[in-house]
Amino acid sequence: MNNETSYIGQPVNRVDGYAKVTGDAKYAADYNAGGLCYGVVVSAGIARGRIVRIDASAALQLEGVFQVFTHENVSGLAWFNMSYKDMDAPPGKHFRYLQTDMVTYSQQPVALVVAETFELARYAATLVNITYAADAHTTSLTGNLDKARPPKGKKTGFKKPANRGHFEKAFKAAQVTTDVTYYQGAEHHNPMEMHATTVLYYKNGSITVYDKTQGVLNTQSYVKSVFGLSGKKVKVLSPFVGGAFGSALRPQYQLFMAVLAALELKRSVKVMLTRQQMFSFGFRPITQQSLSLGALEDGSLQAISHKAISGTSQFEDYVENIVNWSGMLYHCKNVQQDYKLVSLDTYTPLDMRAPGAVTGVFGLECAMDELAYKLHMDPLELRRINYSVEDGSMKKPYSSKALMDCYEQAAARFGWSKRNPRPGSMKNGHLLTGWGMATGMWDAMTVPARAKATFTADGKLTVGSATADIGTGTYTIMTQIAAETLGLPIDHVTFQLGDASLPFAYLEGGSATAASVGTAVQQACLQIRERLLSLAKDIPDSPFRELSIEQITFADGKMYMSETPANFIHLKDILTLTATDAVNVTSTPLPNIFKQMKYAKNTHSAVFVEVQVDEELGSVKVSRVVSAVAAGRILNPKTARSQIVGGIVWGISGALYEESVMDHQFGRFINHNYAEYHIPVNLDINDIEVIFVEENDDVVNPLGVKGVGEIGQVGVAAAVANAIYHATGKRIRDLPITLDKLL
Amino acid sequence: MDQVAAPVLVDQATHTITLTINKIPYELKIQPWVTLLDAIREYVQLTGTKKGCDQGQCGACTVLVNGKRINSCLTLAVMKDGADITTIEGVAEDGILHPLQQAFIDHDAFQCGYCTPGQICSAIGLLNEGKARTKEDIQELMSGNLCRCGAYTNIVAAVQQVKDKL
Repeated sequence: MNNETSYIGQPVNRVDGYAKVTGDAKYAADYNAGGLCYGVVVSAGIARGRIVRIDASAALQLEGVFQVFTHENVSGLAWFNMSYKDMDAPPGKHFRYLQTDMVTYSQQPVALVVAETFELARYAATLVNITYAADAHTTSLTGNLDKARPPKGKKTGFKKPANRGHFEKAFKAAQVTTDVTYYQGAEHHNPMEMHATTVLYYKNGSITVYDKTQGVLNTQSYVKSVFGLSGKKVKVLSPFVGGAFGSALRPQYQLFMAVLAALELKRSVKVMLTRQQMFSFGFRPITQQSLSLGALEDGSLQAISHKAISGTSQFEDYVENIVNWSGMLYHCKNVQQDYKLVSLDTYTPLDMRAPGAVTGVFGLECAMDELAYKLHMDPLELRRINYSVEDGSMKKPYSSKALMDCYEQAAARFGWSKRNPRPGSMKNGHLLTGWGMATGMWDAMTVPARAKATFTADGKLTVGSATADIGTGTYTIMTQIAAETLGLPIDHVTFQLGDASLPFAYLEGGSATAASVGTAVQQACLQIRERLLSLAKDIPDSPFRELSIEQITFADGKMYMSETPANFIHLKDILTLTATDAVNVTSTPLPNIFKQMKYAKNTHSAVFVEVQVDEELGSVKVSRVVSAVAAGRILNPKTARSQIVGGIVWGISGALYEESVMDHQFGRFINHNYAEYHIPVNLDINDIEVIFVEENDDVVNPLGVKGVGEIGQVGVAAAVANAIYHATGKRIRDLPITLDKLL
Repeated sequence: MDQVAAPVLVDQATHTITLTINKIPYELKIQPWVTLLDAIREYVQLTGTKKGCDQGQCGACTVLVNGKRINSCLTLAVMKDGADITTIEGVAEDGILHPLQQAFIDHDAFQCGYCTPGQICSAIGLLNEGKARTKEDIQELMSGNLCRCGAYTNIVAAVQQVKDKL
């Protein structure tokens, strides 16, 4: 027994790597069909008001233009609000495209032009003449803080802020306090792939929808309920997604547009949004947050207050967990939290990588740095002093928490002990070097997921679940889990996803997929093992007859007697010898809720950042990052490292570059392109080191996996801001920290 | 926004051009307003080349024209009549990956994969140019290709490995 089929925890190359480097990987806009036509969306030019007249006659005159869909000619769609609700919809009245003359936000899609070619549709779209009656709009959060109100309704995963102890009293009694306010503008996900949907239309009225989505079942149920179609008529496929980061959690309007046009025109249709239109739907909400921390002179936290006000739309209440982290991350008896919303004339915000935590932990970890300086204490020491072994908000112990190891390993690797705390102490010519650190925290969630597995007589295993791979490595890690569990060479295993006909999986997001779908895949393969043993017992003179599954080892494509490995049978021979074509199973794992309920389940990180600030130019370079992550078992250190590195790049980006700038005169995000909405380019990103700290956890799931998609980003922006303070002595409390703020 | 010019008749006349893409000549009857990117994707149906912004800001559409890397979204197809074009589909030869393709896989130089065809074509163009000497040169000269997943450090490692072997 060589056991060469041990893959979990190995740095296996992506199984879809070949497809991605050769152009074979097909994304939503890469499909074609005979007679395919193209849709181009017309976006509203005002932020609030009414469409008085919409004149599409000039567009329609052009030969090759098939139709211009507007609110004047779209009808017969679902009536109830419920029909427009999707798996990630916040509470409210969900938006209905092309069904009203009212304009509720700038860039609202108000027409779809469909033509024979993309170029013609794009030209015809410029000929659609719209007359608006504009109303005054409200797009400023800071100008409307007096209208802040508690959120209405519930959203999956949202935890209501909770108070404990007596904040006011404890804050007054504290020896050292900080009281600060931070501001973050909107950010748009901007995956490289612009949202696209290709709908292939068949003569029998059925459609195949290639959609950019983080959940094919979400897409399918939306199309079914909005257009009144049966599931049999709507096939949804999304094998490759060109990044999403949350943007494809909700069905975006290119889906609605493409399906509408295909059904109405009885033709295949492709709709891809423009880069400008990538700023016309969900985004990380504009937020202002206030933190008040009170401590004794020994650094022990006595009181924490965290209050946040975010923007939402006029029709839905988007909520996220911004303030909650302040009740969890540190040991503190007196905590006060408040979270309110202001309705603005924008589209509804949307979950964007580590939603809530990226914002809230930024505030908390900057405030902790400010407190450390007031205490004349090392910022890392302040975290150590206030370390919490339980989640104080729920009074539950953590299922595992190796954050102290993160602090120690990352600090040692970074060389933190050599830090001179004085701001501006590391100066070389006009370059100021600064070192900052912060803590990160995210949830280790499990969501419902099922998987099916088929083992065939040729020795091949196919496993599938209706989940997604948005670049996270789902294909690869699921293949690893399946191959190891059944003891097969990895190239004998195929994992399928992004197909609505596969068994149920919840949306791919929140770092929950590895744990949730991974458990379903593992369980499906364990069921196959049972079935194979049972079949093997039917073989004449089977040496396995008296054995239970615990006495068997699956490895190297064989089934061994664990005690006497000289006795084995090739897995495919079991099927051949029993005249079985295939073994099929579907798993529905049920988490041990009673065990899990006793614990808080989270991932943690410690991130250390070095910046170089040009004193004369105000430009900032992040020259070095060390991040230590405690996220349970790491299934694949290669793809997991990429996830963390990507998160760190996002953190740097949020700290220094990204902001969707609202022009309040027009109520519009004005920098709506890649030239003016800055994200890091290659030269902006330097040394990044990732350490995975060992963390064993048998509570979260049998694999011990916690997920790594979000944790890499949380805390990074705070570490950058704290490093900039260390370099310059300037506290910049609104992101991004652009050079003008440092001059 | 409100003032739209009166409709003009569109010159729908097509031009016959030849593009040699990945060593195969394609004769296309094409209108002058079709970009090289859309010609490759929608008319020749080689969809490996990606559209990430359609305005020359992201590099996802990078292809090699006569060995030089360009943003195919900023070029009209009719301007490249007779040109020799390599797209990501033509980088591997006879099923054997180009060293850069293998290096991208080995270094995990991508996540979602959407910018990857452009990154690889751009890196080939960069190596053809022979200007990159240091790691910083590679970073600077690859900065026209955005990667939202943030795989830059791995992209640099992949390019550097291949460059060092040349």
